[in-house]
Amino acid sequence: MPSLYHYLSLSALLFCIGIFGALTRRNAIGILMAIELLFNAVNINFVAFARFIDPQAIVGQVFTIFVITIAAAEAAVGLAIIILIYRQHKGVDVDKVNIMKW
Amino acid sequence: MIEYVWLIPLLPLIGFVINGILGRRLGKTLVSLIGCGTIGVSFLISVKILFELLSLPAEHRIIERVVFPWIYSGLFKVNVSFLLDPLSCVMILVVSGVGFFIHVYSIGYMGEDKGFARFFSFMNLFVFFMLTLVLSNNFLLLYLGWEGVGLCSYLLIGFWYEKKSASDAAKKAFIVNRIGDFGFALGIMLIFWTFGTLNYSDVFLQAPSILTLGGGLATAITLLLFAGAVGKSAQIPLYVWLPDAMEGPTPVSALIHAATMVTAGVYMVARCHVLFQLAPFTMGLVAVIGAVTALYTASIGMVQNDIKRVLAYSTISQLGYMFLGCGVGAFASGIFHLMTHAFFKALLFLGAGCVMHALSGELNMQKMGELKNKLPVTFWTMFAAVLAISGIPLFSGFFSKDEILWKAFSQGNLILWIIGLVTAGMTAFYMFRLFFLTFFGKSRVDESIKSHIHESPKIMIVPLMVLAVLSVIGGYIGVPKSLGGGNNFESFLSPVFGEKGEIALHPASTEYLLMALSVVVALLGIFFAYRFYIKSPDLPKSLAQRFSFPYKLLLNKYYVDELYFKIVVNPLLKFATFLWQFFDVKVIDGIANGLANTVNWFAGIGRKVQTGYVRNYALGMVFGVLLILAYFILR
Amino acid sequence: MDLSLIDINWQVITPQIILAVFGFVLLLLEAFLPKDKKGILPHLAWIGIALSFFFSVNLFGSGFSGFNGMALADNFALFFSFIFLISSFLVVLLSISFLKREEQVRGDYYALLLFATLGMMLMASSFDLIVIFLGLEIVSVSLYILSGFRKKDPKSNEASMKFFLMGSFATSFLIFGIALIYGNFGTTNLEKILFLAPFSGVFAGASEFLLYAGIGFLIVGFGFKIASVPFHMWMPDVFEGAPTPIAGFISAGPKAAGFAALLRIFLLAFSSIKPDWTLIFWILAVLSMTTGNLLALWQTNLKRLLAYSSIAHGGYILIAFVSGSNSAISGVLFYLSAYILMNLGAFAVIISMGSKEKEGTDLYKEYAGAGLKNPFLGVFMAIFMLSLAGFPPTAGFFAKFYIFSSAIKSGYLGLVIIAVINSLISVYYYLRVIVYMFMRPSAEEVKPVSIPFSLGLVILLTGIGILALGILPQELLNLAYNSIF
Repeated sequence: MPSLYHYLSLSALLFCIGIFGALTRRNAIGILMAIELLFNAVNINFVAFARFIDPQAIVGQVFTIFVITIAAAEAAVGLAIIILIYRQHKGVDVDKVNIMKW
Repeated sequence: MIEYVWLIPLLPLIGFVINGILGRRLGKTLVSLIGCGTIGVSFLISVKILFELLSLPAEHRIIERVVFPWIYSGLFKVNVSFLLDPLSCVMILVVSGVGFFIHVYSIGYMGEDKGFARFFSFMNLFVFFMLTLVLSNNFLLLYLGWEGVGLCSYLLIGFWYEKKSASDAAKKAFIVNRIGDFGFALGIMLIFWTFGTLNYSDVFLQAPSILTLGGGLATAITLLLFAGAVGKSAQIPLYVWLPDAMEGPTPVSALIHAATMVTAGVYMVARCHVLFQLAPFTMGLVAVIGAVTALYTASIGMVQNDIKRVLAYSTISQLGYMFLGCGVGAFASGIFHLMTHAFFKALLFLGAGCVMHALSGELNMQKMGELKNKLPVTFWTMFAAVLAISGIPLFSGFFSKDEILWKAFSQGNLILWIIGLVTAGMTAFYMFRLFFLTFFGKSRVDESIKSHIHESPKIMIVPLMVLAVLSVIGGYIGVPKSLGGGNNFESFLSPVFGEKGEIALHPASTEYLLMALSVVVALLGIFFAYRFYIKSPDLPKSLAQRFSFPYKLLLNKYYVDELYFKIVVNPLLKFATFLWQFFDVKVIDGIANGLANTVNWFAGIGRKVQTGYVRNYALGMVFGVLLILAYFILR
Repeated sequence: MDLSLIDINWQVITPQIILAVFGFVLLLLEAFLPKDKKGILPHLAWIGIALSFFFSVNLFGSGFSGFNGMALADNFALFFSFIFLISSFLVVLLSISFLKREEQVRGDYYALLLFATLGMMLMASSFDLIVIFLGLEIVSVSLYILSGFRKKDPKSNEASMKFFLMGSFATSFLIFGIALIYGNFGTTNLEKILFLAPFSGVFAGASEFLLYAGIGFLIVGFGFKIASVPFHMWMPDVFEGAPTPIAGFISAGPKAAGFAALLRIFLLAFSSIKPDWTLIFWILAVLSMTTGNLLALWQTNLKRLLAYSSIAHGGYILIAFVSGSNSAISGVLFYLSAYILMNLGAFAVIISMGSKEKEGTDLYKEYAGAGLKNPFLGVFMAIFMLSLAGFPPTAGFFAKFYIFSSAIKSGYLGLVIIAVINSLISVYYYLRVIVYMFMRPSAEEVKPVSIPFSLGLVILLTGIGILALGILPQELLNLAYNSIF
C-alpha cells in the first residue's frame, strides 16, 4: 500500500517534468501540454491529501474537479490564441513571437 | 480681518485657476487685472492684518486658525491651518507686497510675449504656494508649499521652453533641489517619528523635553532640515542651480530667485529656531556655510559680465549673510535682512530688466554703458538699490547687514565676522562695477540698437520707484538701539524668537567702531570699482583682455592700476575664475551628471533582461521560485 | 456531507449575480442583435455595473456571510468591490469610443469585462481558497481573450499568447501552493487556517517545509497577478500589445484583486507566522520598485512606461505587507483607490491621443508639444503624472504617505528610505512626459484632437477625484479604516 509520501513524490516529479517541458519546448502546443502536466501533478497532490488527511475527504476532490474544468477552459482559450498566432506567423514557434521587448 | 487669513493664499489660487483655464480667451487686460488684482487684494488684507496684530498686546500676537481638518489617521492629525504671528506676518507682507509690484511690472515686461496668460497663471500659482508655505502651522503644509514653489520655479525657469538652455536650466534647478528636498522630507519624517506630531506648536513645545541639547537626534533632525534649506536657498554645495535659473524671464528672477522662494530656507530655519538652538553643531554649520557661501559667491560675482548672473551670485551671497545671522542665533536679524534684501534685490532685477528691455535683451555689461541719461528713472532707482546693498549708511541694507555682522562679532565669532566684512567690501565692489559698467563710461552698445534706446513704459517704472523708496526707508524700522532707534523690528518679532537681552560684553563704542569699519570697507570697494571703471574708462576693455590672456601683460599707462590689478585683483580673479570654472562646472555638475548617468547605465543593462522571449520570462519566474524555496530551506 | 448544512444566502452574492446576468444577456444580444443596434451594448454594460454597485453599497456594513464562509459581504470585500466596479465602469466608458474607432462594437467584449469584474469580486469576497482560485481564473481567462481582442494586430496576438502562457504557468504554481497548504491544514478555509497556523501541521509528521513551500508558491502565483519582480515580465509586453482600454483595465482591477487576496491570505490567515515570510515581501518590494523605476527610465512608449510604473507601484504597495499593521492595510486600500483613478486617467488621455491609424503611445512623436495643442489633455495628463510621481496635493502623495508612514511606525525605516529614493527616480520619467507635452516644439503630426464625450468624462472624473483625494483624503481614509477585515 503506497503511503502519502509516494504520491507526493510522484506529484513533485511530474511537476518538475512539467516545468522542464515549459522551459525547453519551443512549440506553443508543447508548452501548453507541459502546463497541463503541471495541473495534473497538482491534482494528484489534492487527491492524495484528500485521501490521507482530510477526514471528510471532500475539499481536495472538489478542488480537483475545479482544476480539471479550468484546465479545459484554459486549453480552449489557449488553442484559440495559438491559432491566431499560427495565422500571423505561419507557425507556432514561441521564440519567433517577440516583436515586443525591453 | 484675522478671521479671513485664509483669503490671502486663496485669492492667488483663484487667479491661477481663472487665468490657467480661461487665460487665452480673456485677453491681456483681463488677465493682468486678475493676475495683479488677486495678489493686490491679498496684500491689502496682509496690511490690514499687520495693523490688527499691532493693536494686540505683544503676547497675544500668535494666532492659529484651522481652516479645515486635513488628515486624521490614528495618532496622526494634520489640519489645513494657518499660523499668524509676527514672523509669518512679515513674510506674507514681503511675498504679497513685493510680489504685487513685480506682477505689475510684468504686465509691461511680458506684454509682447505669447505666453502672457500662462506666465500670469504660473506666477499666481507660485504666490499661492509661497503664501501657504509661510502661513502653514505644520510641517506637512510647509512641505506642500515647499514642493509647490519648487514646481513653479521649474515651470517658470523653463518658461521659454523653446530655448534649450532654459529647459536645461529648469531641469538642473529641479534636480538639485530634489537633493535638498530629499533631506528635508527625511527630516520631517524624523520629526514625526520623534514627536508623533507635525504641528509647529506641539513640536516646539515638546522639543526641549524630548531632545537633549546637542544630542544626536536634535542634530540629525536639524541637519536634515538644513539640507532642504541649502537646496532651496542655494547655499554651498547646492547653489549651482541659481545662476542658471536666470534663464527665466526677469520678473521671475526678481520674484522667485531673489525676493521670495530662495529665502524660504532662511524662513524655515528661523521658524524652527527652537530645534536649531538645541543643536549647537548644526548652528555652527549654518553659520559657517552661510559665511563661506557669502564670500565664495561674492568673489565669483566680481568676474561675471552677464548682468543677471552678477545679481544671481549676489543673491546667493546675501542669502549667505542671512544664514550667517541665523547661525549665530540672530534670527530676527536674518529675517530683517531677508526683508530689506527682498526690496533692493527685486529692485535690482527689475532695473536690470528695464536695461535689457531698452537694449533689446542685451545681457552683457561690456556692451552697455552711458545709459545714465537715457534711462534716468532706472538709473536713479537702481542707484538707491546699489547703495542699499553696499551697506551705505542711512540705506536699508546698512542696518540689516550691520546687525548681522554685529551679532556675529558680539557672539565672539571673529573669523566669521572678518569673512562677513570682506564680503561686504566685495559686495560694494561688484555692485558698483555693475552700476558703473551699465550707466557710466562710454557707450559700448551695438550700433544697431543704439538709436532706439528708450526708457520703459510707466507700468514698469512705477514699481521701480516704489521699491526704491522701500529700499531707502525699509531699514528704519530696525534701527539698532545704539543709533538711537528702538530696534522695533526685533521687538516686533520677539514673540516668536523670544526676548534676547543685548549681550553687554562689548560697549556701544565697539559697535560704533565696527559700523565705521564696515562703512570704510564698503567705501573701499566702491573706490576700487571707481578706479577701474570710471577713472580709467578703457580699463574695462583691458580687463576683458586680461581674462583671456592672464599672463600677457600689456603696456599700460595707468601703472598704479596695473599694480593694484596685479597684486590684489588678478590672483583673486584667477582664483574666482578657477572656483567658478573648475569647482562649479566640473566637480559639482560632474557629480550630478555622473549620478544620473550611472542610474541610466544600470537601467540600460537591466532592460536587456526583458528579452521578449516568453520562455525566458518563465525562466525568470522559476528563478524566483527557486530563490523563495532556497530561502525557506536555508533559513 | 449533509447538504442542509450549507447555509445558502443569496443576498450576499447579489452584486455578483447581477454582473453574471448582465454578462450573459450581453453575450446573447451579441448573437441576436442586428449590427446597427449594437450601440446600446456598452450602455447595458455600465448599467449592470451601476446596479451591482448600488447593491454593494446597500450591503456595506452588514457583515453578511453565506455558503459556509465561501461568500462574504464584509466591508473589506465590499470596499474592493467598489474599487473593481468603479474601475470597470470607467473602462466601459473608455471602451465606447475606442471600439467605435476600431469598428469592433461587440457584446462579448463587454460581457468578458463584466465576467472579469465578477471574478475579481469573488477573489476579494471569500474565505475559501477554492473560490479565490476560481475568481482568479475567471479574471485570467477573460483577460487572455480581451488582450488579444485586436485579432489582426500581431502585437495584440503576441500579448495574448505571452499573457496566456505565463498566466497558466503561474496558476499551476498557485494551485500547487494551495494543495500544499491544504495538505498541511486539511482545509482551504482561511478562517480555519488562521486558527490552525500557529500549530502548523495537523497530520502527524507533516514537515514544516511543506507549509513554507506552499506559502512560497502562493507568493509566486499572486506575485504574477500583481506583477511583482521577478514575476512581472509579462506585464510590459501585455500592456504594449493589448488594446489600450484593456491595458488600463489590467493595471487597475486585476491588480487590486491580487492585492485583496494577498491581504486576506497573508495578513489574516498567515498573520500569526508573519516573521517567517516578512523578509520575502521586503525583498519583493525592493526588487519591484527598483526594477520598475529603473526600466521605466528608458521607455518611450507610454503604455510600456505605465507598465513599468505599475510594477514599481506594486512594489510600494508591498511595503504594507512588510509592516502589516492596520494602518498599513488601510493604506493599501487608499493606495489602490487612488491608483486606479490616476492610471485610468492616464490611459484615457492615451486613448484620446490615438486614432485608428496610430495608438497614441509614442512619447517623442505623438506627445511633443501636444499639451499646448490640447490644453485639456495636457493639463489633466500633468495631474495624472504628478499624482503617479507622488506630488502633493494629489491623491498619489497621500497614498505613498500613508504606506510609508505606517512602515516607519512599524520600524522599517530602511525600506522607506529605499522607497523614497525610488520615488525620486520615478519623478524623472513622469515629469518627462509633462516636459514633452509642454516644453518641446510640437511635431508636425501633432494636431488638436476632438475628445469624445465618454472619454472626456473619464478624464474629468478621474482628475477631479485625484485632486479631491489629494486635498481631502480624510473621508476615504476613514472608509478604508472601517473596511479592514
